[in-house]
Amino acid sequence: MVNAQLKAIWSYRGFIWGSVQREFQSRYRNSLLGSFWAILTPLATILIYTIIFSRLMQVRLPGMNDTLAYSIYLCAGILTWGLFAEIIGRCQTVFLDNANMIKKLTFPRICLPVIVVLNAGVNFLIIFGLFLSFLVLVGKFPGWVILALTPILIVQIALAIGLGVFLGIMNVFFRDVGQFVGIVLQFWFWFTPIVYPASVLPEYIQPWFRLNPMVSVVAAYQSILLYGQWPQWSTLVPATLIAISVCLLAIALYWRRAGEMVDEI
Amino acid sequence: MTILRIQNLGKAYKRYFSHWARLAEWCLPSSPPRHHVHWALQDVNCEVQHGEAIGIVGMNGAGKSTLLKIIAGTTQPTTGIIQMNGRVAALLELGMGFHPDFTGRQNVVMAGQLFGFLVDEIQTLLPEIEAFAEIGDYIEQPVRTYSSGMLMRLAFAVATAQRPDLLIVDEALSVGDSYFQHKSFRKIRTFREEGTTLLLVSHDRNAIQSICDRVIVLHEGKVVKEGPAEEAMDFYHALLAARDVNLIRQERNTFGKVQTVSGGGEITVAKVRLLTGDGKSVEAVETGTNVRLEITARVNKPVEEAVMGFMIKDRFGQIMYGINSYRLGQAIEHLSVGEQLVFCFEFVMNLGKGNYSITTAISKMDSHLSDNYEWCDGGLIFSVLNTRKVDFVGSVSLNAVLSFQRVSPES
Repeated sequence: MVNAQLKAIWSYRGFIWGSVQREFQSRYRNSLLGSFWAILTPLATILIYTIIFSRLMQVRLPGMNDTLAYSIYLCAGILTWGLFAEIIGRCQTVFLDNANMIKKLTFPRICLPVIVVLNAGVNFLIIFGLFLSFLVLVGKFPGWVILALTPILIVQIALAIGLGVFLGIMNVFFRDVGQFVGIVLQFWFWFTPIVYPASVLPEYIQPWFRLNPMVSVVAAYQSILLYGQWPQWSTLVPATLIAISVCLLAIALYWRRAGEMVDEI
Repeated sequence: MTILRIQNLGKAYKRYFSHWARLAEWCLPSSPPRHHVHWALQDVNCEVQHGEAIGIVGMNGAGKSTLLKIIAGTTQPTTGIIQMNGRVAALLELGMGFHPDFTGRQNVVMAGQLFGFLVDEIQTLLPEIEAFAEIGDYIEQPVRTYSSGMLMRLAFAVATAQRPDLLIVDEALSVGDSYFQHKSFRKIRTFREEGTTLLLVSHDRNAIQSICDRVIVLHEGKVVKEGPAEEAMDFYHALLAARDVNLIRQERNTFGKVQTVSGGGEITVAKVRLLTGDGKSVEAVETGTNVRLEITARVNKPVEEAVMGFMIKDRFGQIMYGINSYRLGQAIEHLSVGEQLVFCFEFVMNLGKGNYSITTAISKMDSHLSDNYEWCDGGLIFSVLNTRKVDFVGSVSLNAVLSFQRVSPES
């Protein structure tokens, strides 16, 4: 079944690639600054957090004392979280957003989440590429250790796809899911040490952190990009296992409910 | 070769009592069902051969769209098997997936990809699509600047860029002006000649009878009639009036034609005769002569009012003429059981030579859709001959008179 889906995706690659291009263009086509906005928005977020947390609230990272270090720490978490949140957020509405197409046209439905993931990936590559060039510019580029990002990104994206598709299908049947996910994502963001260092939290919260797969993922990004250290791979095992199980769950749900979904949209 | 085989096809929609009921059913698999099952389609069996043209008719909610959606593959059937050999194209919803901000050409490429074509294939088809859509330089403009007709034309051109093995056409499809409508129907006909199987959904008797070999009548999710176009369309029209399959009878009459009778039976036609001017009952009349159509009816139940009408149809089922007692100013009221009504319609048979049939209808009002007492298709078959007048073509005698002049150029 998975094989058949992959085949379907491959034979509709023209449609998928066209949709990715089209969405990218349509987002910026009618604006004067064009794709500049893709960069400006996260840049503003980073600026705000840097000013508030590093300057006003004087948050200091252990072993680091400059503002620049905090900005790098922040970017490592916030940019990758952005990718994660975008995939989940868009996947969970993807079937409802394309209701008309699903009802009227015959094509493999699985293409839709693929388009979402690719779009989020393109946005991420742009902003992350800029971030890396910035690191080179200020002489903080971590070197070969940067390659360690790839497996972590794969785990994170797998987790996002699994969750997103699962929620996307559920959202068709129970529209509450969409509202609920928005709230949960906010809590999840602040329950992950992205803006603040994990060390500022009280001791008794630490065990709870282990339940959050994103903690180890984001920590790995931060250790690579800020400290230039290879991540401790063992900490990523639970996150990987969770990602795999969520993906399997999503596949199972898709397999069972995809046919029924058309009748409910 | 069978292109489409449908066996015991059924489609049920679940109607949950509430959203919580669905959640409960998902979470507790052993609990009793918490939903109604509504069958939109049931026990549909059908086999379509390569190159056939099949019409699908039915009232709103009869299950036509559901059936088409299943054939097109957008919806899964609940029960049964559907087998398809070949590529299907559905002209159900044109312009789906068009994006207003992109140019016509970009949208053509996108839509083509959605139909499963590769970019190279679309590039080779592109000139043909542009030529067929006839939108000229607009192809480079964003489609939001298009008129709705242009959009439809472009969408139709993309959808029919390559000949499919099975083409599904919905009548609701209105493609631009009548010039383009003819052009698109011509394209559909060409496809047919080249071997495409056609499924046509329509309410238009002429469209169905001029294109389709066979017609399937759907009623309340079931196939109630399948047969030659004219016979099935008669059945469908009877169904429109009777709204109950059990009130419709089809029987082969003495002329070997199928006679369709429907209605409540409060008043029934006993006899239909065509009489010449001197009162002789005939089956063939000369064109241009005076005739009388005599319809004898019996009252079976007391009714307050009634309207008696008749129609003459040609051999394709096209209506040549029709009139009724109401429009002719004759009120028929307070009828009691056992009465015999004799109607005599007098007219000049100004029809061309050929075979015609008479449809009789008795209903409460002018329209037979309200309280239909009896509707009978093919009650009488007669032919019109032309041995005495000038031979002409066509079904209407317009009695043209010729005057002629030769004007020599002034020198």
